[in-house]
Amino acid sequence: MSITDRHDEEITLKGIPASPGIAIGPAFIYHKDGPVVQERAIGEHDVDKELKKLASALTHAKKELSKIAEFAEKQLGSKQAKIFEAELMILDDSVLFDTIRMRVKKELKNIEFIVREEIGKYHTLMLASKDEYTRERASDVEDVQNRILRNLQEQRLVSKIEGSHIIVSKNLAAADALILSRNDVLGYVTELGGATSHMVLLARALNIPAIVGVHDISTKAHKDDVIVLDGYNGTLVINPSKETRKKFQEKREEHKEFEGNLATLRDLPAETLDGHKIQLSANVELQEELGFVKRQGADGIGLYRSETLLLGKEVFPAEEEQYKHYKAIADGVFPKHVVIRTFDIGGDKLMAQAVKENNPFLGWRGIRVMLDMPNIFLQQLRAILRASAKKNVSIMFPMVSHLKEVRKAKELLTVAKRELTDRKMEFDPDIRIGIMIEVPAAAVIADDLAREVNFLSIGTNDLIQYLLAVDRGNEIVSNLFQEFHPAVIRFLRRIIERGKNEHVQVGMCGEMAADPLATMLLLGLGLDDFSVVPHVLPEIKKIIRSVHYSEARHLAQKVLTMETEDEIESYMKDVMKLKFPDIPLE
Amino acid sequence: MIQQEVTIKNRAGMHTRPAASLVKLAAKFKSEFFIEKDGLEINGKSIIGVMTLAAEQGSKLLLRFEGEDEELARAEIVGLIDRGFDE
Repeated sequence: MSITDRHDEEITLKGIPASPGIAIGPAFIYHKDGPVVQERAIGEHDVDKELKKLASALTHAKKELSKIAEFAEKQLGSKQAKIFEAELMILDDSVLFDTIRMRVKKELKNIEFIVREEIGKYHTLMLASKDEYTRERASDVEDVQNRILRNLQEQRLVSKIEGSHIIVSKNLAAADALILSRNDVLGYVTELGGATSHMVLLARALNIPAIVGVHDISTKAHKDDVIVLDGYNGTLVINPSKETRKKFQEKREEHKEFEGNLATLRDLPAETLDGHKIQLSANVELQEELGFVKRQGADGIGLYRSETLLLGKEVFPAEEEQYKHYKAIADGVFPKHVVIRTFDIGGDKLMAQAVKENNPFLGWRGIRVMLDMPNIFLQQLRAILRASAKKNVSIMFPMVSHLKEVRKAKELLTVAKRELTDRKMEFDPDIRIGIMIEVPAAAVIADDLAREVNFLSIGTNDLIQYLLAVDRGNEIVSNLFQEFHPAVIRFLRRIIERGKNEHVQVGMCGEMAADPLATMLLLGLGLDDFSVVPHVLPEIKKIIRSVHYSEARHLAQKVLTMETEDEIESYMKDVMKLKFPDIPLE
Repeated sequence: MIQQEVTIKNRAGMHTRPAASLVKLAAKFKSEFFIEKDGLEINGKSIIGVMTLAAEQGSKLLLRFEGEDEELARAEIVGLIDRGFDE
């Protein structure tokens, strides 16, 4: 390969932004492939030597893992450290290692080969399992196997890296990310992995920028290639030109300065210059995010997606399991508030059962599913109610389109309360009830619905998709998915006004609430509660704290008279550039 | 040698923690202890083996005990499984 091939060409790749921040630095290619093992015959006099090698390798492997577990506990709490428990137990499996020792004696083969064969057997079986949980555990078994093999070959863990690097890997386990983070890691890039994997949560907890899902990165980037990583939007540039580097350095400086200023906002309320108070809360999927949410200065959790509890499960978790989970979240934010949304399954979200539908977005999803399964629904309602004993929990129903759905859900809630009273269990009898407004029909009858509940929460992703008849996952039409379409803005005004006329709180938990470009407009339309992904929280707060409510109202009035989305968007951009030149608009 | 069939009752199935409790209990007995599920037999004193079983709720396991304290081992281990691993 010639120098020109490798070092001159600037390559831009796209991935999924996983942890915010911009990093520039040399790549370190982290290979996760297991050590190469060859089959070798040994003499009888070698047996003892091989067995001693095993004993010492096991001791080292245990030390490594205990250190990782300890480090994980310190950095991230005991819950995260549990990931490493299974691996430690395998290292203590005397049946497994007795078998391995016996085979070495009997077959007179090298220890590495026998270890690989014997543990590999279980790994293969687990990978072939029907049970998803077991398939996931297969990677733990593989990690243990490679850890032992590496120690047998007396290769020390490559966890010490000279200098600062961006770690590039096909896949990173939480253990790898954690170990590597003890070096001067500038960022992480992986080929695989979703936005909520353990490694991603870890990167966020450690404030290290990360991008996942970058196709072919481990073959495209080479050791010490300079890489620019933009964790805000998922852009990655290999061998950036001088101009590109400069551009990203500037963006980084902008963000750094901006974020430095934001840190001072954390403990201040989301309140306009003329004293109009807004509830600014966070959308949360995993319990592990709570620490980050608190550090970002959220007024509680505006949307907790309970369906993440169902991930990897084939049956609905029992009341007790759900209760423990909800209670941990409620206690974690106490005395602040959490809105628990009942299972929102169907559509593109988890399926409760394998139901084939021609058009799942117009099918069996959200509250429709739960009302058809009243026992499962009651089980969840009881679990949420029990978690509400300290009066900091609200309950929210998704995908409502008919008034009778709300009434039916409320009836079931009454049944659940009665059951708990019979069981002499504590709960909040006045638990607040809300619904998602994400179906246009619900928006049209928002006033009738509002009379049944305590709050409305607008889910913009679905609302816009249904209102504009655009599937934003469909590349051919996704450019028509426009949050600034005049119909969307006028519809939002209608929902907010109808809700307010009925004296209920109106909030938004869709992505539009997290778009800084829309903040002033939403504020001016009268939105009371913004619930956003945790990392944009300080930015939204800054905007709210820097404007007058009266000027936001004025802006909203003006936008409501505009006729096209282009007009609205460019107007909003002009206002933002003028008022907030330091806010980086993506 | 004695054998007994059991059904996994706890909802989470025999995941890591129940598997660990089972292996720890089995280690207290001198008897050999094997578990068979869907034609696969593993040593019940081996955590990696028990993890491999992927015994979810409702799965049937055939337990086999052999040794001087086999009766006691059977009673204790079947008890643990029936109690849902005290989860």
